[in-house]
Amino acid sequence: MTVENNFTETETLVKEGTGLKNNVPEAGDLENKWTQYRSTMDLVAPNNKRRIDIIVVGTGLAGASAAATLGELGYNVKCFTFHDSPRRAHSIAAQGGINAAKNYQNDGDSVYRLFYDTIKGGDYRSREANVHRLAEVSRNIIDQAVAQGVPLAREYGGLLANRSFGGVQVSRTFYAKGQTGQQLLIGAYQALSRQISVGNVEMYNRHEMLDLVKVDGKARGIITRNLLTGKIDRHAAHCVVLATGGYGNVYYLSTNAMGSNVTAAWRSVKRGALMANPCYTQIHPTCIPVSGDYQSKLTLMSESLRNDGRVWVPKKKEDVMAIREGRKNGNDIPEEDRDYYLERRYPAFGNLVPRDVASRAAKTACDEGYGVNSTGLAVFLDFAAAVIRYGKSEAISKGINNPTDQQIGDLGRAVVAAKYGNLFEMYEKITGEDPYFQPMKIFPAVHYTMGGMWVDYNLETNVPGLFALGEANFSDHGANRLGASALMQGLADGYFVIPYTIGQFLSKEIRTPKIANDSPEFMAAEKETREKLEKLMNIKGNHSVESFHKRLGLIMWEYCGMSRNAEGLKKGRQMIRELREEFWRDVYVPGSLDEYNPELEKAGRVADFLELGENMMVDALDREESCGGHFREEHQSAEGEAQRNDKDYTYVSAWEWDDNEPILHKEQLEFKNVELKTRSYK
Amino acid sequence: MSDMNLKLKVWKQNGPNDKGRFENYKVVANEHMSFLEMLDVLNEQLISEKSDPVSFEHDCREGICGACSMVINGRPHGPNKGTTTCQLHMRFFKDGDTITIEPFRANSFPVIKDLVVDRSAFDRIIQAGGYISVNTGQAQDANAIPIEKDVALDAFSAAACIGCGACVAACPNASAMLFTSAKVAHLGHLPQGKVEHDKRVQKMVAQMDEEGFGMCSNTYACEAECPKEISVKNIASLNRNFIGKVFKTE
Repeated sequence: MTVENNFTETETLVKEGTGLKNNVPEAGDLENKWTQYRSTMDLVAPNNKRRIDIIVVGTGLAGASAAATLGELGYNVKCFTFHDSPRRAHSIAAQGGINAAKNYQNDGDSVYRLFYDTIKGGDYRSREANVHRLAEVSRNIIDQAVAQGVPLAREYGGLLANRSFGGVQVSRTFYAKGQTGQQLLIGAYQALSRQISVGNVEMYNRHEMLDLVKVDGKARGIITRNLLTGKIDRHAAHCVVLATGGYGNVYYLSTNAMGSNVTAAWRSVKRGALMANPCYTQIHPTCIPVSGDYQSKLTLMSESLRNDGRVWVPKKKEDVMAIREGRKNGNDIPEEDRDYYLERRYPAFGNLVPRDVASRAAKTACDEGYGVNSTGLAVFLDFAAAVIRYGKSEAISKGINNPTDQQIGDLGRAVVAAKYGNLFEMYEKITGEDPYFQPMKIFPAVHYTMGGMWVDYNLETNVPGLFALGEANFSDHGANRLGASALMQGLADGYFVIPYTIGQFLSKEIRTPKIANDSPEFMAAEKETREKLEKLMNIKGNHSVESFHKRLGLIMWEYCGMSRNAEGLKKGRQMIRELREEFWRDVYVPGSLDEYNPELEKAGRVADFLELGENMMVDALDREESCGGHFREEHQSAEGEAQRNDKDYTYVSAWEWDDNEPILHKEQLEFKNVELKTRSYK
Repeated sequence: MSDMNLKLKVWKQNGPNDKGRFENYKVVANEHMSFLEMLDVLNEQLISEKSDPVSFEHDCREGICGACSMVINGRPHGPNKGTTTCQLHMRFFKDGDTITIEPFRANSFPVIKDLVVDRSAFDRIIQAGGYISVNTGQAQDANAIPIEKDVALDAFSAAACIGCGACVAACPNASAMLFTSAKVAHLGHLPQGKVEHDKRVQKMVAQMDEEGFGMCSNTYACEAECPKEISVKNIASLNRNFIGKVFKTE
């Protein structure tokens, strides 16, 4: 590892590479491109599928659905997860819902509207053709999930229920209480289990991918470590599909699970794949605030709560102080002394503005000194108005004349409990406060990463035969993802896109014999993997892996968090380089290589975050505009709204990693079907 | 924020063949920490002393992935009803407490290290038939079959299982009946799942037996300890289905 310590002039080091070809089919209008492409693309015949091996890494919504569907089609699939079971993947924690352009509510939804909302929500930084395809197949996902037995919420008539999410004006979100991700993942896990039981998928639990193997320029396999025994294995296949999730844990504190990591993706980047738009990170506005420096993760409170919760801070500083000191609580502040700042600033969308907008508004309120907990970093999310509204409506439907306040409250709380019960319980368990009677205190937290591996229309990276699905790729959400669209994208990629598009690569491979796993390329990759692990074990320094991860997280949050500026990004980059150098000199990993060793697993992952973090800083510095989750302080309107620069930055930044000089490759984005506008939710 | 001085009695076992023993540790926590964050503090301390940290399984830390386990003071997932270990907070303990922490113990869940056990038997029970056989692309419109709201809710309640294995750890016979019956109930309630219902029951129960889980002990400890409060009614209904099938002629 070479690290230059006296490194200052960041921007001069960015070299520009060649343009990228996105392989969006020329034929057809936006509306029928995908149908036409699907109908004319090359296929692999059933007898040939049996002879083709596919590796799928990851078993979240994208990975499990892909592995199951490819197995159903007759391919030989090997599927890998670092978890003890495919069912534990972090998709399981998604709460609020999944979007689909079903228009069951007859409220004006359509494929085009979902496409348009997603493009606009992403601040015009995503690829039109991919997003339209996503909106098209969204409808099939709901059908498939229901057929699998996913218990989505229903109305009394027995038909499916919907709710609203941020950044849209229709109700297109399907849900299963606050456990939508869990139920959809179990659906995909069951489909995967079925393919395992019939032998179409060979499942490798507790195996972590540590390298990608390329043979003649094509992705032909992976190197894994058996997390129980430490054994390093070589797995060969005709192609490799990564569905390994996002990299939010680079910030240490995030709503991601503790094990979520970038290692599979990053090691592929180090083998030549490109990392696209790494600076586009989503900071979710409604999470439980940080309470102390021992904290290990942050807990999300679903966006669905903003259907009924109103966000506010006190108007008067003396009320703020009284609340911070515990002399008052939210309920003591009279209506006229509250600032419902989202409703005030964005009357058209109110509390349901997109996540990036809501998060920045919370930050502004707290920066101005209106934060409502002891750290000054929290705002209220209040359900009192919803309780009264629902209570009155229930009283009428139950025929109660002149209900008392108590009756209204009880009836209203019962409705709120039916909608959000598990979220309220979760909040109460963590904070010890009862949100049925006290407004919740919430603050933004890192939640999702729109950036990811660069892929073309086929979801293939620039490395032939290497595909990336779900949160691991960059393709559909531009600079900001709308709520309830992550589940949609993961399942769209896995069930309805990759099973077709993988054929474009594999149809040319039907004469390729079984790939040998003992070629020089495999042996070299295995050796390098082992040496890297040995190097980590042999440092025998003085500080834990966790301590480095925490320090990295603080740098990332401070300089590449909710708002960024050139000076901070340069400083942050330098700090990361120094921290990386220190890590490789002074980290301490207990235990040994050839045993169950969670600290060693973590060490490898943090080592990769220490490189990715620098790439994020470089990307954020290059992008001299504010768009979606990327807010550059230098580029804002007088009212503090984000200002895009469409003339110079309507491109995808795809980075080729190099320790000293990351190289920027650009994919120009073309908008033929929507007009680029300043996003307004006012 | 006042400090809590705690004594921990933790099960340490180096692999399935090691005999295992309790180790005593001291740790300083505070009431805002989660139980797992308290163990993080202990492990940071152990790593700084270059001793072996305590291995435990965990991931989402918000009560949904089912990775965390542990028996805390004799109870799977600790003292609170409807709560996973990761959602348990230290305000439920007090300064000076001694806390005993053990793995989920069952023959079908061999210990991997310390508090980490192998629960892959659950995956194999699902693989035996815990699914609806529908290939991608075969589905009709999602609203084609209306499902009564209460029926959908019953299916949901059973489907809320997170596959953690607390039911097995709680049962004197280490039975997996609550886990298996919850999946059978989830799918069996729904019209889509009824087609394969009888076969599913037979195959999943057979796999459960093959994995070495015990008979239902009828103590209902599983329901009491289940962090998702899955009902033992599911077991009764599985028994009815299973026995009914034995007497049915094909």
